[in-house]
Amino acid sequence: MPNVLEVNGLGKAFRDYGSEFKRFATWFGMKVKPRDEHWVLRDISFAVGRGEAIGIVGQNGAGKSTLLKLITRTLMPSEGTVAVHGRIAAILELGMGFSADLTGRQNVHHAAGLMGFSREQIDTAMPEIEAFAEIGDYFDEHVRTYSSGMQMRVAFSVATAFRPDILIVDEALSVGDAYFQHKCFKRIKEFREQGTSLMIVSHDSGAIQGLCDRAILLNQGRVLQDGDPVVVMDAYNALIAERENSTMKVERLETGQTQTISGSLEAVVDSIALHGTDGEAIEFIDVGQDIELRVDVDVRADIPRLVLGYMIKDRLGQAVFGTNTHHTGQVLENVRSGDRVAYVARFRMDLGPGTYSISTALVSSDTHLVDNYEWRDLALIFTVANHSKSHFVGTAWIPPKIEMNVLT
Amino acid sequence: MSDLLRAVWRYRHFISSSVRNDLKARFARSRLGAAWMILQPLAQVAIYSVVLSRVMGAKLPGITNEYAYSIYLMSGMLAWSLFSEVVTRSLTLFVDNGNLMKKIFFPRATLPFIAVGSALVSNLLLLVATLAIFAIVGHMPTLALAWLPLLVAVLVAFSLGLGLVLGVVNVFVRDVGQVMTVVFQLWFWVTPIVYMPSILPGGFAKVIAANPMYYVVKAYQDVLLNGRTPDLVPLTWTAVGSLVLLGLGFLMFRRAAPEMVDVL
Repeated sequence: MPNVLEVNGLGKAFRDYGSEFKRFATWFGMKVKPRDEHWVLRDISFAVGRGEAIGIVGQNGAGKSTLLKLITRTLMPSEGTVAVHGRIAAILELGMGFSADLTGRQNVHHAAGLMGFSREQIDTAMPEIEAFAEIGDYFDEHVRTYSSGMQMRVAFSVATAFRPDILIVDEALSVGDAYFQHKCFKRIKEFREQGTSLMIVSHDSGAIQGLCDRAILLNQGRVLQDGDPVVVMDAYNALIAERENSTMKVERLETGQTQTISGSLEAVVDSIALHGTDGEAIEFIDVGQDIELRVDVDVRADIPRLVLGYMIKDRLGQAVFGTNTHHTGQVLENVRSGDRVAYVARFRMDLGPGTYSISTALVSSDTHLVDNYEWRDLALIFTVANHSKSHFVGTAWIPPKIEMNVLT
Repeated sequence: MSDLLRAVWRYRHFISSSVRNDLKARFARSRLGAAWMILQPLAQVAIYSVVLSRVMGAKLPGITNEYAYSIYLMSGMLAWSLFSEVVTRSLTLFVDNGNLMKKIFFPRATLPFIAVGSALVSNLLLLVATLAIFAIVGHMPTLALAWLPLLVAVLVAFSLGLGLVLGVVNVFVRDVGQVMTVVFQLWFWVTPIVYMPSILPGGFAKVIAANPMYYVVKAYQDVLLNGRTPDLVPLTWTAVGSLVLLGLGFLMFRRAAPEMVDVL
């Protein structure tokens, strides 16, 4: 797979020269040491192959936007290189450069010109752009009269009128109505099938795991992880839970998956297992079988409130079901160091066939962002198989009663 | 430099459509539209003519037309309005387009071309209006008018060079924009547009001789009012100086471009 994007040792520093005259002097070849250098991005190296979809995640200020700006060349790197083989289009700049006093059509001309297309190319693509935007006669009205949704429709239509080699998508896509969003995603998927590489910036793990082959986690201007989206998103979740004096441990399981454990470890999951109603530990579960999830917790410090949460995730890391003892109103208070808590959750495994994982969280409230004692991804992996039910697909078991009447 | 020009050539459609949009946007929703481009400078000319024609009219030797002073005034104003439009637009060129430059990659070198293009179009309209008024008051253009494109070229080179230098510096030190409003007022009055250099006391004449705009304005007056070949020696020097300034402007622009977006 030839690479469409190669980023090598990329770094960006904002320099403060103290006096602007010193900055001017550097333009004329004088060597002036900046008073202050602030590196927002450093040592970034990765490559994107043709047709690959990459998610970029990271906390606010991790350097995501700076990285994108360096890739789209609106910012110049302070060190390192960005090599792009092909054309980049970015949907993060939707509607930029639109003038309120021009019509939609004129703005399309202008915006496509800004992207470097010739008049002939734009004229050829114009009917297609107009059709995709679906705003009817408004296309020839002044943009001033547009709703924000209409503006976004026109902007997306221009931005994707010509298939780029790399398409950068950020949260901007979450605006607009559901119908058009679906249309946008459809077009993005079509591009991908034709070989466009995607770079998606999002906080939404669902979008990252659903669309990307790979994810890159940025933290404090550096690449913290680069790999499978499920693993990277787990690390990202651990990262946002990370607090002072908390640890983060990444382990490889025998299954080849990567487990992330993080938190202050003031309480830890000692053992976790699934048991049948007969008390036997099991790993393969029949669809609709009644089972018990047993979690034993070791308390290693005095804790005012202890909440256990668990989340069942499917193979792709999408949440299937999750709850915690805060929501069920079963918070344990004033737990002492050395205590051992045995939790048993009984439920019916109404899931479709497939492999699932359970993540656990030991916290003090309903979120792992306040006190995170332990966050454990892939704490348990189990398989659901369909032995007793009629054939069905999907991750949920929703048994229907189907009635039919043949009307003649 | 050649890759800069190549990028500009590739974006020529964008430049021309930007110039068009710029003019359109400037006068959108105003009844008189593009007429304002002409009305503003002409109103100024009208005011000066009414107030000063008696005082100044007599100081123009060799011109018999009773509107001689107005013609003199309009010739100088034509040059000054191009100069001031190009410089003021270049001054805020990067600051005004900061948002665009931060979000979208496009050859930044297209920006000065758009500014000059739209200034030239409005100046052309003013020229047409000026010539029409000349004709109405019975002052017909002569063959010397053929010098005008050259004068425009020198003036644009000078204005753009100065504008780029100031515009680049203005990104980093915003005081420049404020200072220039004052400087421009002063500059207008040390350029013989409203008055004739002959009325000045000796010491002041030296100040004016050091003003490059004096030579350009004088050449405009020679061509438009007197219908004679402009004084080529000082004009050549002005042209050479303008090209050096223009080179400096583009050099600073290139060197500053990587850092410009950092501070916008």
